[in-house]
Amino acid sequence: MKKYSLFSLARNAFSHHQNWQPAWRNPEPKPAYDVLIVGGGGHGLATAYYLAKEHGISNVAVLEKGWIGGGNTGRNTTIVRSNYLWDEAAQLYEKSLQLWEGLSQDINYNVMFSQRGVFNLAHTLQDVRDVQRRVHANLLNGVDSEWVPVDRLKQMIPILNVSSDARYPVLGASLQRRGGVARHDAVAWGFARAADARGVDIIQNCEVTGIRREGGQVVGVDTTRGAISARKIGVVTAGNSSVLAAMADLRFPIDSHPLQALVSEPLKPILDTVVMSNAVHGYVSQSDKGELVIGAGIDAYTGYGQRGSPHIIEGNLAAIKELFPMFSRVRMLRQWGGIVDTCPDACPIISKTPVSGLYFNCGWGTGGFKATPGSGWVFAHTIARDQPHSLNAPFSLERFVTGHLIDEHGAAGVAH
Amino acid sequence: MTQPRRLPQGGRIDRSRELAFSFNGRPLQGYAGDTLAAALLANDVRLVARSFKYHRPRGIVGAGAEEPNALLQLGGGGHTLPHQRATQVELYAGLEAVSVNGWPSLEFDLMAINSRLAGLLPAGFYYKTFMWPQRFWGRYEHQIRRAAGLGRAPMEADPDRYDKTHVHCDVLIAGGGPAGLAAALAAGRSGARVILADEQAEFGGGLLGSREQLDGRPATDWVKAAVAELRGLPEVRMLPRSTVFGYYDHNLLTIAERVTDHLPPGISAGPRQRLWRVRAGRVVIAAGAIERPLVFGNNDRPGVMQASAVSTYLNRYAVAPGRAAAVFTNNDSAYRSALDLLDAGVEVAAVVDVRLRVDGELPARVRAAGIAVHSGYALVDVQGGKRVEGARLMALDSDGRGFSSAYPVGLRCDLIAMSGGWSPAVHLHSQSGGKPRFDETLAAFVPGTSCQAEVSVGAARGCFDLSGCLQEGFEAGAAAARAQGFEARPGAPMPAAVIIAQAPMMPMWRVPSWRGVKGPKQFVDFQNDTSAADIALAAREGYRSVEHVKRYTALGFGTDQGKLGNINGMAILAETLGQDIPSTGTTTFRPPYTPVSIGTLVGRTVGDLFDPLRKTAIHEWHVEHGAEFENVGQWKRPWYYPRQGESLDQAVYRECLAARRTVGVMDASTLGKIDVRGPDAAEFLNRVYTNGWTKLGVGRCRYGLMLGEDGMVMDDGVTARLADDHYYMTTTTGGAAHVMGWLERWLQTEWPDLKVYLTSVTDQWATVAVVGPQSRGVLAALCQDIDFAAEAFPFMAFREGTVAGVAARVFRISFSGELSYEINVPADYGRHVWEAVMAAGAAFDITPYGTESMHVLRAEKGFIIVGQDTDGSVTPDDLGMSWILAKNKDYLGRRSLLRPDSVRTDRKQMVGLKTLQPGFVLPEGAQLVDDPDAAKPVPMLGHVTSSYHSPCLGRSIALALIRNGRQRHGDVVYAPLSDGRIVRAEICDPVFYDPEGARQNV
Ligand SMILES: Cc1cc2nc3c(=O)[nH]c(=O)nc-3n(C[C@H](O)[C@H](O)[C@H](O)COP(=O)(O)OP(=O)(O)OC[C@H]3O[C@@H](n4cnc5c(N)ncnc54)[C@H](O)[C@@H]3O)c2cc1C
Repeated sequence: MKKYSLFSLARNAFSHHQNWQPAWRNPEPKPAYDVLIVGGGGHGLATAYYLAKEHGISNVAVLEKGWIGGGNTGRNTTIVRSNYLWDEAAQLYEKSLQLWEGLSQDINYNVMFSQRGVFNLAHTLQDVRDVQRRVHANLLNGVDSEWVPVDRLKQMIPILNVSSDARYPVLGASLQRRGGVARHDAVAWGFARAADARGVDIIQNCEVTGIRREGGQVVGVDTTRGAISARKIGVVTAGNSSVLAAMADLRFPIDSHPLQALVSEPLKPILDTVVMSNAVHGYVSQSDKGELVIGAGIDAYTGYGQRGSPHIIEGNLAAIKELFPMFSRVRMLRQWGGIVDTCPDACPIISKTPVSGLYFNCGWGTGGFKATPGSGWVFAHTIARDQPHSLNAPFSLERFVTGHLIDEHGAAGVAH
Repeated sequence: MTQPRRLPQGGRIDRSRELAFSFNGRPLQGYAGDTLAAALLANDVRLVARSFKYHRPRGIVGAGAEEPNALLQLGGGGHTLPHQRATQVELYAGLEAVSVNGWPSLEFDLMAINSRLAGLLPAGFYYKTFMWPQRFWGRYEHQIRRAAGLGRAPMEADPDRYDKTHVHCDVLIAGGGPAGLAAALAAGRSGARVILADEQAEFGGGLLGSREQLDGRPATDWVKAAVAELRGLPEVRMLPRSTVFGYYDHNLLTIAERVTDHLPPGISAGPRQRLWRVRAGRVVIAAGAIERPLVFGNNDRPGVMQASAVSTYLNRYAVAPGRAAAVFTNNDSAYRSALDLLDAGVEVAAVVDVRLRVDGELPARVRAAGIAVHSGYALVDVQGGKRVEGARLMALDSDGRGFSSAYPVGLRCDLIAMSGGWSPAVHLHSQSGGKPRFDETLAAFVPGTSCQAEVSVGAARGCFDLSGCLQEGFEAGAAAARAQGFEARPGAPMPAAVIIAQAPMMPMWRVPSWRGVKGPKQFVDFQNDTSAADIALAAREGYRSVEHVKRYTALGFGTDQGKLGNINGMAILAETLGQDIPSTGTTTFRPPYTPVSIGTLVGRTVGDLFDPLRKTAIHEWHVEHGAEFENVGQWKRPWYYPRQGESLDQAVYRECLAARRTVGVMDASTLGKIDVRGPDAAEFLNRVYTNGWTKLGVGRCRYGLMLGEDGMVMDDGVTARLADDHYYMTTTTGGAAHVMGWLERWLQTEWPDLKVYLTSVTDQWATVAVVGPQSRGVLAALCQDIDFAAEAFPFMAFREGTVAGVAARVFRISFSGELSYEINVPADYGRHVWEAVMAAGAAFDITPYGTESMHVLRAEKGFIIVGQDTDGSVTPDDLGMSWILAKNKDYLGRRSLLRPDSVRTDRKQMVGLKTLQPGFVLPEGAQLVDDPDAAKPVPMLGHVTSSYHSPCLGRSIALALIRNGRQRHGDVVYAPLSDGRIVRAEICDPVFYDPEGARQNV
């Protein structure tokens, strides 16, 4: 891999950028691999990268039905934080946040991880209790977190409407300063490039259509580009996970819902942090390009169409206008949806399955982008060792049998 | 001279109404009927913007929604609008427009240095650098952010209003050009309900900017007649200034109508904009086509315009955007512009046509007019900086990929009218779910198979002759109406246009670069400074999917959404990768077609209308008596009633003691109430509640817990049996709607065999809770037909009677542990009864209390509040409520209670907590630990769910969920607070007051 740097940019400028190498090769699939990763989203690519980097397993292919990063990775609103309530979740997301903190350097690709802070607003007395509970828990878990009373909030985000006359007045917020946003495409591309450099084959336009098993052991997949064998297969297909599970005759407690987001036209800097509100249902940050990046909760109906209903967007924007009345005259530029895989307890499944050699990493629902590096890291461990890392052990499929759920709903509502 | 580029006559402007406006502070004049862009061009303003990345000077390119450059900030203060497209802004008197990029000024922009550094800033450069040192990214990013962005957001709340309208129609027609008007006439005449929406102020579409003839008269005469006829049809609704911007499932379309944007701000002539949500039977898309630019060296100089835009400025606005023009084309349509220029008195230096053979009818006319036509040539470079000063052309080789001449020759001109062919506006078709298909002859994407009840007609389908547009529009309109059950009715036939044969175009996605990689930049996406070389670079670096290229180079990410550049970009990518355009594909067309104000999408749901605000029938009394309110769900509930100078704590202290010592009164109307009726009602309750309901006698009440399927506590409340087959259920205030939905879901989807009918009656009843030792006296004073004696009306019973003259249901239940009665009356009598209670209670100094005191009173008794003491992870047993779990029947959630994790004995359990310092009230949400000094992550035992100062106990009390808590009464645990303090508290029984429950049974 030729290193990226200011110097390489300057050097290449002399040759009019004619000599850059492809960020990743575009190989034909081989007939067999040690490990197949199904799904070329951020999580799948990160898994391949850490398999190669941490476990020395590089005879790996990532099979992506479309273009890498084209699923939720390239559709999400990129909020990164680790201030989850429950110990298990906080530890997992915190591991991920720590990986984010050195990621650009580690994979030599600027993922523009921008720690501009994440505020979670409280609008009712019960919100205040919940937020403070989470702040206390975060601190004891070693996750940075603070309670910001409303007067200080006003100083920190002067354009936020904290009027007590609001329909649901802001009563305060939690702040995680280490939280922020990152450039989603760059995460997919950076992991792809770094994994490719370690020998991983990134294979696009290759849809998995069947999972082959023999006597309870996986032996390969059927794809639109032919059969490929492997005795270890990690499936990371987000909104399509139930479809893939069915290929192995498995059923997961996952619902697939549309989740929508939108951006405004680009503006000069006006908001330099991330503001989220579960109570009024909206969150917003401003991208480096100047667009306000806005999202809300899922569409209630299940489905696989990557589009939602317009009234969700209208309600979402009403919340944004409540919080930032001046954004009313700003215009929505683009609106889209992704399909998110939601679990009953709003936590992921990173797990072995009843089929030996078949692993699933899914159920991240509305909030898995932030987990991308951490998810890949623990999933690589799970695949390489055939047993979960202690960080993801609590997120096994068994929890739906034992009842040991990690219910982040109450605490996270809109769990981005 | 004012308006130097205005033609002496012609155009659709109103020369009798001169309008003063300003651009970057410079006062200028235009006419009514101008767009801002037309008025700027009339004043010979060429430079209107600086580009996003390189800060190159930019001018107006188009005349409509596709304009990438002329984005101007309008107005000031709360009325300001960031980067509006000047080509779509109607001029009004006093309009103030300023450029959005360029520092210190548009003319002299220091950031233009970026242009010099362009070599270092290829597509995606930021992914390759700014990584060292790690902690510096924030600083780099700060600079990047400052450079990015177009306009400025207002700093004040929006002073304008917005509306929404929901309508059904038989036929919605998007676009009011010839095809759309014809469709509207056909459908409208048949009597169908028609909506015709067009983004422009006037109907007529492309005809407004052309000199076409129909039936031998100017086509605009026909437009006028058609519009007049349509206005006369009662079922036809004409929506000018209305953009159909979204196409969703089941033929739901959204339209943004700009109602008053064309008027100076502050004039209150109605809402600023209106959102139409239209459910259409059939949709006819007549949205026209967009002319493509050509990609050649320095094609972004101010003065390089779409040929059709040049014609529009000449014909519609009587503005000549230059003095000497060169026309650069790969098709016949631009020859019209050459003729338009010529006839307007503008010199046409030459027509440069990439086609080797040019023999169509229009070119013949141009040649006949004495204009040089250079066929087989291409423009390779544009000279000039802030305005075009000339161009250079070279002869192409036979396949158009290289040159047959060695050096370019110059051409003097200050305007370049370019045409790279036409792209049908497939946006709405695509949003509807259709997949556009590539048409090789047109070299354009055209609508594919329809997925919904829609059809595209006219230029939007790739039909570029006027007669054809009228014909297919008319037929589509008639067919759509017929499909909706309306028969065609006679009317004037469609007029005839002069048919001019058009020679085929020659795709030319990118003019070869005459100096190879060293040649001048060839822009594909003007707004995002994406060049042909950027696209080639992306492909070289492995970003081969069109979506990757889009994201890597920002192609089509601008506020024009790639209306101009995308197709060229995709074709250049296809060429680079050596594949065809169909297999390269398009990026997805997403709503909205053009940007829509957030305010428009929000409509009136702002402020108090943001969410329905629910008030009880007694609300005004609370307001009059100084209550502070708390939001609970959508309800406003009295939180406490401070007397003069009282704090929350003082008021609560007084209120709680009153309820414990004499009598208090609380408005409990917000509790959810569901009327449950039917022969299977008891069985139904048995299934949804954990306890048994069959044996509950008529006239009795019972407390019930509902669990989710996961076995966790979901809601609770008291239900009374009014008759054998009739129950009155209450739920929590916040959970009412959810419970109603939950119950209906089970009834409708799982237990359709049960004969049970549910009715939400929350709003029908007002509930006055009279609480305290003296409550019996108050009730007795108000109600003669119920015997309130303890034995006659025991605890957990209900009676019907007349309270203060109103038929009432009185429940003897208690959420405070005191003797108490809840009087339910029809909501209209709520305030009357409340006031009667106040009057009757005056003798006992009756005290109204709010939710805060209610919380304290119930916490003293260890009663839970679902949602505060539970969080979706708490079982009944965790709350010490196994007594409410029936053993001999099934109920929702029961199975989950048998799971290994649910039967663990060391689960978090509800306990009481007493701080060792009795005056200290623990913060709710504090976490509890055994060892506050342990290393992080510190093992946590649980948390404080409720915490108060208890007036009657004279100390603080708290409820908490603690691991294995029931076994740990007497242990001391620690609460490390976020401010660093560590508080010690002893675990105790959660019932702090009257553990035997004697007081409610008196
Ligand atoms: C609108 C929106 C906003 C969001 N906002 C946030 C946020 O702010 N913060 C946050 O943390 N999270 C957010 N999320 C969630 C986050 O995007 C996802 O949890 C995360 O990106 C999932 O990553 P992934 O790699 O698992 O999935 P994806 O990126 O979806 O990757 C899965 C891949 O599998 C491929 N695939 C599917 N089926 C097959 C098959 N049969 N064969 C081969 N390949 C297949 C898909 O094409 C896809 O590329 C948001 C999601 C959406 C939709």
